[in-house]
Amino acid sequence: MIARRPALSALFKRREASTGYILLGIAFVLFFVVNTTTVILRNFADPAPGKAFWIMSAILWAIALLATRELATAVPRSSTAARIRDVAVPVLFGVTLLALWELVVRGLNVPPVLLPPPSAIATTIAASAHLLRADFVQTVLKAVLAGYAIGCGAGFLTALLVDRSPFLKRGLLPIGNLVSALPIIGVAPIMVMWFGFDWPSKAAVVVVMTFFPMLVNTVAGLNASSAMERDLMRTYGASHGQTLMKLRLPAALPFIFNALKINATLALIGAIVAEFFGTPIVGMGFRISAEIGRMNTPMVWAEIAMAALVGSLSYGLVALIERRATFWHPSIRHG
Amino acid sequence: MPSARRQGNRKGPAISASPAIAEPSAGIGFSGLAARFLKRRAKGRTVPVLAVCLAILAVWYLAAIGVNWATETDKLARAGDYTTSDAIAATWSAERPVLPAPHQIVAELWKTVFDVKPTSPRSLLFHAWVTLSSTLLGFVFGSALGILIAVGILFSRTLDKTLMPWVVVSQTIPILAIAPMIIVVLNSVGVQGLLPKAFISTYLSFFPVTVGMVKGLRAPDRMLTDLMRTYSASPLQTLVKLRFPASLPFLFTSMKVAVAASLVGAIVGELPTGAVAGLGARLLAGSYYGQTIQIWSALVTASLMAAVLVWLVDLCERVALARQGARP
Repeated sequence: MIARRPALSALFKRREASTGYILLGIAFVLFFVVNTTTVILRNFADPAPGKAFWIMSAILWAIALLATRELATAVPRSSTAARIRDVAVPVLFGVTLLALWELVVRGLNVPPVLLPPPSAIATTIAASAHLLRADFVQTVLKAVLAGYAIGCGAGFLTALLVDRSPFLKRGLLPIGNLVSALPIIGVAPIMVMWFGFDWPSKAAVVVVMTFFPMLVNTVAGLNASSAMERDLMRTYGASHGQTLMKLRLPAALPFIFNALKINATLALIGAIVAEFFGTPIVGMGFRISAEIGRMNTPMVWAEIAMAALVGSLSYGLVALIERRATFWHPSIRHG
Repeated sequence: MPSARRQGNRKGPAISASPAIAEPSAGIGFSGLAARFLKRRAKGRTVPVLAVCLAILAVWYLAAIGVNWATETDKLARAGDYTTSDAIAATWSAERPVLPAPHQIVAELWKTVFDVKPTSPRSLLFHAWVTLSSTLLGFVFGSALGILIAVGILFSRTLDKTLMPWVVVSQTIPILAIAPMIIVVLNSVGVQGLLPKAFISTYLSFFPVTVGMVKGLRAPDRMLTDLMRTYSASPLQTLVKLRFPASLPFLFTSMKVAVAASLVGAIVGELPTGAVAGLGARLLAGSYYGQTIQIWSALVTASLMAAVLVWLVDLCERVALARQGARP
């Protein structure tokens, strides 16, 4: 797509890489980073990290970076190799970053309150799995899921209604667009006041946050089919419902999935922030604000790690369903 | 973008060549103009938007009656006899209503904006300024950082392959959950006030700018980059003279998202410090003491601020694009 600049590509001659070569590279970086980090921590960190510790760490970083760059700039020979490469390179980069995080935090003796090492976070996750599970059930399974379903459903149905009236469409769309720029999260204290401390108030915040993106996107999507296609449906003598089901809703699917993806992230944020305004003693937002009050940062990081995992997994799930449902769309057909 | 510029530079002949007679109502005169103006208002957005706003207000007032009815009639019944109109009036003027009526929020806004000195902590302007300053600081930092990372990604294939996926994934992560930790941790090492909040705003606003700028910097097609090469332009010259101008529409679109996100970051960043100052603190204090009108007025202020900020970015966009020769 983009023309590479000649100066740099002449410096690094283009190399063809087979699947085996790429797999080998991935295994090397993983093994090298994990092993060397362990060795450095075991042999050079006690009693106090000296020069050797930092030199070893710098070498680790340089070799891992060079190897990752080798993988990133190589030209894969097959599409499978390219796909493996595109997934593996950022993962390797992440693993290297984690290793460096561990080394720097341990080496500089950063107090765990400021920034705990990844190993401490992992220990906390393993040790307090039951708490994390309870928080997950309270925040995600109850508040987020209920709010997401109601908010997206209501937005969708409202869009279908609004679609019948051009007047409403012209009036509601600018307002909907404006609302999507507003800090809706601010309704959280109001919802907590109306619906109490338990999960319904969080679900209500999620409903309000997810409603407008869904409404605006669905209305835009229902207009996505061209006049020619709609005229064709009319020549078939199709009713409004038939045109909707067979032409306009399928054409609107990419827009609807876009809203579903935006909302997947928004819903989690809404539920967590709403919990800052008052909860029973369970929930991800509650845990974050309570543990930070006790300066128990590893636990906060554990919650954040879980939130990140839940957020990206739910986004990925919606994206996966989208690929299945809109297989005909050009952006997916061509890979 | 380039096509718009080409159209914008077209002068005289192209316009006079358009047939004057073929268009209906063309050249009919002043009365036609006025009629067209009215028709366009009715067909345009103004009338529908006003109608929807009025409908929202009406529903709001009705909802205020319904929601506040139980508590207010209770109070009135204890005081003695009351008529229905009394009860309705009471639901619209309660001191701590479940849902305040719009005019109560406007009155509270008026009181806290114009009746107290802007420097006192009772003034809404004071709190709005606290939030606005960290929003703007975070927005400027975030945009600058986003543009820098985008340029880095453009020039380095390694960064493109390693960093870009993380930027995309990070958008799916509820970053706001980190906000309290950043505030409290920075607080414990002595960094207080504006910076920690601005840091959260920076964090929230640089993602959209990065993603938009990468797209924008890559927007010029092969023909244009090849043209730059025939001029033997250096990568830096191509960046400054071709890619930056071409990326402006993308930059402004993502900056609109970024400024809204930045405001949300500043508001949420004010929650964990224990309601000291700022609109977020105002929300929290209101929820502690059951001051619903205060919550709503803070919310309305925040919304107005978001609308004005987005509008300002939009204005900058129009000016910048008009200088490039784009036509509205």
